[in-house]
Amino acid sequence: MELWQAFVQIVYTLIPWLDGTVASILIILIKAIALVMPLMLVVAYFTYAERKVIGYMQLRIGPNRVGPKGWLQPIADALKLMTKEIIFPTKANIYLFLLAPVLAIAPAIAVWAVIPFDEGIYVTNLDISLLYVLAIGSIGVYGIILAGWASNSKYPLLGALRSASLLVSYEIVIGFALVTVVMIAGSVNLNTIVQAQQGGIIHWYFIPLFPMMIIFFISALVETNRAPFDVVEGESEIVGGTHVEYSGMTFAVFFLAEYANMILMAVLAVVMFFGGWHSPFEAIPYLESAFAWVPGIMWLLAKTTFFMFLYLWVRATFPRFRYDQIMHLSWKVFLPITIIWIFVVALMTQLKLGPWF
Amino acid sequence: MIKKLSKLVKDFTLSELRTGLKITAKELVNKKITVQFPEERTPISPRFRGLHALRRYPNGEERCIACKLCEAVCPANAITIESEMRDDGTRRTTVYDIDLFKCIFCGFCEEACPVDAIVETQIFDYAFESRQGSIMTKERLLEVGSQNEQAISQARLVDAKYK
Repeated sequence: MELWQAFVQIVYTLIPWLDGTVASILIILIKAIALVMPLMLVVAYFTYAERKVIGYMQLRIGPNRVGPKGWLQPIADALKLMTKEIIFPTKANIYLFLLAPVLAIAPAIAVWAVIPFDEGIYVTNLDISLLYVLAIGSIGVYGIILAGWASNSKYPLLGALRSASLLVSYEIVIGFALVTVVMIAGSVNLNTIVQAQQGGIIHWYFIPLFPMMIIFFISALVETNRAPFDVVEGESEIVGGTHVEYSGMTFAVFFLAEYANMILMAVLAVVMFFGGWHSPFEAIPYLESAFAWVPGIMWLLAKTTFFMFLYLWVRATFPRFRYDQIMHLSWKVFLPITIIWIFVVALMTQLKLGPWF
Repeated sequence: MIKKLSKLVKDFTLSELRTGLKITAKELVNKKITVQFPEERTPISPRFRGLHALRRYPNGEERCIACKLCEAVCPANAITIESEMRDDGTRRTTVYDIDLFKCIFCGFCEEACPVDAIVETQIFDYAFESRQGSIMTKERLLEVGSQNEQAISQARLVDAKYK
């Protein structure tokens, strides 16, 4: 943070004619770029990691031809997608057709603004950041629905319908699961939620909220249309779902949005249930001082990486759910459990059980 | 009742999911058996029927005597042969074309040949870049034969005792 203040000072002295508004816009812009550029890089290498991990789990090797050990594969993929032709279906509504990928990626990136990476490292500190995450996050579904509608083609439309009903169902489950976190932390500010989990691994919320953590993770799989809930794309059922008519860069944008959302959900799981930037060795006599030099952001990234790996692990393991089974899971299993757990948590807060309240 | 209860416990502890995850986690660290193709190759049978070749005798004389048995036996009509008398009075081919698009790699030509002239080599990774490329002319067939003579005769030698 001191580094940042010094940087801002330098900007002001170098460009003296900057008035308040322009300077603050510039600073916001720099912050946004500093957030989005690494994010895109992580997304690119996440696709590489996905192919590698799934390959290894299927006793294959995965991409190993482009560059040493295949390290340049994502760059080759990006170049290929960028140079490919964008095809517009004759009967598609071109404006909606182009608006859809934008609507998919804009929320996926915008949500990152409120994620706290470390004590005091965030783009903006909203008091209602959790609400913001849920609200902006659910705009993303419009991208998919619009893509299905604007393509004017049957498989995209089927995919869009599936996605709409799925997301409506699972948004509720995610909302209820996060309500339990809010009940314990007593705040909807993500910073405050992480600060409330200070004091060692037993203070993290995954212990009192273990079922909620599982439900949140599974619902996150549904929200991001990942296997085993990838019925929106469903290659073997509806060709490619909403992506059928998209090619080249427009498809790449959907791809980016999907993976940015996945990483976001992994970060959210860490922030909500696994103590955000807090070290797992806090309050353990010798280990705490031994690991004191590791910055908080490293712990956050390490925990996030684990959850990202979990996505790939799950994808490599389970076959796709049938559509009605996903609905059954949401309305008849997850929703009752979350509601019961809300009462359990309310009881725990009243009785002041454990170190969490 | 107990059955139902145990199923309930199993369902809510995700025991089946954990079994599945355990299996994939085990495979993640297992040794990979992928053969890295251009660098590594799997062993090929001496009877493998790949790209065709025309052979020569060790003294450089071409084996083919234009008997046209291969042309006659070819079930796909992929072979075209024209012949005439050479100056020394022997019958030799002037045209010996194999259309690789027609060829079904049955190996009948090789079996029919009385002088072991036309053979199918163990080469399977070939490509051509034009439509005419699919026609193996006599020159190209002889070229393949002279380049791979050692491998061809070695494969014939290994297989000879079973013939």
